[in-house]
Amino acid sequence: MTQGDNPVISVNGARKSFGAVHALDGVDFSVRAGECVGLVGHNGAGKSTLVSILNGGLSPDSGTLALLGRPVERHSIAQARSIGLRCVFQELSLCPNLTVTENTRVAHRSLRGFGWRGRAARLIKDKLDEIFPDNGIDVGRSISGFSIAQRQMIEIATAFTSSDGSVRLVVLDEPTSSLDAGLAGQLLTFVRRFVAAGGAVVLISHILGEVLSTTDRIVVMKDGKVVADRPSAEFSTESLVGAMGSVVRAREARAARDAAASQTAVLSHTSAGRGLDFVARPGELIGLAGLAGHGQTRMLVDLYMAEGGSWRTPAARKVAFVAGDRAVDGNLPLWSIVKNMSVTLLPEIARFGLVDRAAEARVTADWHKRIAVRTENMDNPILSLSGGNQQKVLFARALASPAPVVLMDDPMRGVDIGTKHEVYAMLRAEAAAGRTFVWYSTEMDEVCQCDRVYVFREGEIVAELVGNEISEERILSASFAEKAA
Amino acid sequence: MSLVRQVFGKPWIWAFLATLATFVVTILFTGGASTVGLAQAALTFGAFSVIVGLGQMFVVTLGPGNVDLSIPATMTLAGTLALKVMETQDGLIWLGLVVTLLTGLVIGIANYGLIKLLRIPPIIATLSASFIVQSAAIWTNRGIRIKPPELLAQFSTASTLGIPNVAWLALVISVAAWVALERGIYGRFVSAIGQNMRAARLAGVPVDGVRFATYVLCALLAAITGFLLSCFSGGAALNMGAEYLLTSIAVVVIGGTAVAGGFANVPGIWGASLFLFLVVSMLNTYGASAGVRMLLTGVIIIGVIVAASRRPAR
Repeated sequence: MTQGDNPVISVNGARKSFGAVHALDGVDFSVRAGECVGLVGHNGAGKSTLVSILNGGLSPDSGTLALLGRPVERHSIAQARSIGLRCVFQELSLCPNLTVTENTRVAHRSLRGFGWRGRAARLIKDKLDEIFPDNGIDVGRSISGFSIAQRQMIEIATAFTSSDGSVRLVVLDEPTSSLDAGLAGQLLTFVRRFVAAGGAVVLISHILGEVLSTTDRIVVMKDGKVVADRPSAEFSTESLVGAMGSVVRAREARAARDAAASQTAVLSHTSAGRGLDFVARPGELIGLAGLAGHGQTRMLVDLYMAEGGSWRTPAARKVAFVAGDRAVDGNLPLWSIVKNMSVTLLPEIARFGLVDRAAEARVTADWHKRIAVRTENMDNPILSLSGGNQQKVLFARALASPAPVVLMDDPMRGVDIGTKHEVYAMLRAEAAAGRTFVWYSTEMDEVCQCDRVYVFREGEIVAELVGNEISEERILSASFAEKAA
Repeated sequence: MSLVRQVFGKPWIWAFLATLATFVVTILFTGGASTVGLAQAALTFGAFSVIVGLGQMFVVTLGPGNVDLSIPATMTLAGTLALKVMETQDGLIWLGLVVTLLTGLVIGIANYGLIKLLRIPPIIATLSASFIVQSAAIWTNRGIRIKPPELLAQFSTASTLGIPNVAWLALVISVAAWVALERGIYGRFVSAIGQNMRAARLAGVPVDGVRFATYVLCALLAAITGFLLSCFSGGAALNMGAEYLLTSIAVVVIGGTAVAGGFANVPGIWGASLFLFLVVSMLNTYGASAGVRMLLTGVIIIGVIVAASRRPAR
């Protein structure tokens, strides 16, 4: 085989779009045998899409792909497996109702015939002991009985086991996210041994320290492009963070807002000993940043629930909520647009327990105009609207209420750019009129519009950035474990 | 044309069409001899189903898993206690009413208490509560059948303007329920909770308060029905609520209320209640045996539900 110097896998000029979103915008990427490549970038940079293309789960819109030096017309998951490419994803993929042994059998079709159970058990047990000595995992137990860390260990070990062909390349997507320092160290040591023996590894991680110490080469992605591809030794944590978020936005002076800092808080949340406290003052636009799923939504829901209102509507409502996950937290699917929009406002427009329908029609017609919901008839069902217009209805629901604080849970998910700018303008106008907004967003340029930003990591606030301090770079560096702001 | 479409778009139309058909088929058999009598009976017995059905309707509308299985026991206990405290005296009717309402109130509070505090699913909570309530009824009743006060017995069996008094009462309660549901903030909140409880909570709906009120309302209506039924039938019997367990759920479903919650319908409760009574009397008239009667009742109910569910209610 002419494997010698050919990359195990390489892609050239790969492009992939989902609708208007360019997930990959011309990416070149390759991995050679005996090499450990780090892949870093913030959420939505295109890392997961690239991995899906490598393992055959997605096919690129354009660009070429070669396996072991040979160009491939149609790549597939089966083909990726057949050359020895394995992936360990963030969302673990073991069957919880099966035992470790049985899950190994699922991954290896060649373990068939009489006595497969014994062979599978030996295979996975040996690999577990090799990577994680003294792991204490009983391979006869079903997955549901294991902790999340143990599941991750099993998942990783399964990926490195080989029954019929050798394992050439393993893609590890956030492999240490639920492992403690000791286990993570064992894994990284094993990765180095595996690579030294001629294997290849792609390591995706948000913990920059382990990427710097384990990999030979680091590829940095940003907005669907590769922005840096250099030997690891040439990077430091700072330069890596700099490469991930290069745009530092020019910021307007906000002297007026600084004066607001002395005002009394309208909303606060004390962090029981972990991280910083949260405070919101009148007229502020507060951003919640950090990597997705690090406690921002939870904080918003906590802030909302803390204001009560579960047994009776408070006389003066203090907070309103704008859901981002419309289907789960926002829409009332059987109702019309009008009813969906007015539900938060009902106590204000009811007399003697009866809804004043004339007032309801007036208020919703007013918001129909102000927020430009694209529908001819506000009595149409909410689900007849596009996602972006449903989101506008949810915005109007919160903005129409008299609540002085509006909590927003990444509300721009799946919203087109035009709608976004309409909403941004409205937020600024409302904030200037004294309303407070607490805005969780996964998009950097939205967070950078805020007056003050709290950065979250692992469920706690780790940094507070004010005014000119807010930059993509500062937010990123606070988001990652190795360097606290 | 659009009027026809509008009328046939209503989810309750099928229950009323079925009622009308059953009525005509029954009258055809008797040659029109018992038209008035049958209508009177249907309105009387239908009225009891309507009142319990309305309570159940609000509960079912709260969303999947919400159903009150303690209705029969509540009816029995309320009837038993009320007749006991009234001691057949007209002067103590007020006390009977107070006891009835208190019974409903306490059972409603207990039901939601179990659901909320112990986090038991409503179906289990109300079922277990019903065993306790039924035991309390057995303990108070002790097999002695106490007659209702003369005035109440007369009122509950008499008619005004040709319509049975209990049907008038059911009508008043239905109108109130319709207003609460279609025009009131309460109805909006119940419907919002039934569609998506988390979204309703995040939109500012006082979820616990509304659910609590709904379980109390359902128990109150069941208690009132138990009181009326025991006055109507000349005394409380321990099994008097039994058939209302399935009836209360059947009238909600046949009436066009969404079983999955979020959408309720008051007129449909009337159509379904009258229909359920008329099906049984039709089969009786045709001389069907008990087995055939139950079989056909089941088949007919399924037929109506299938016909109604082909309408896209959403």
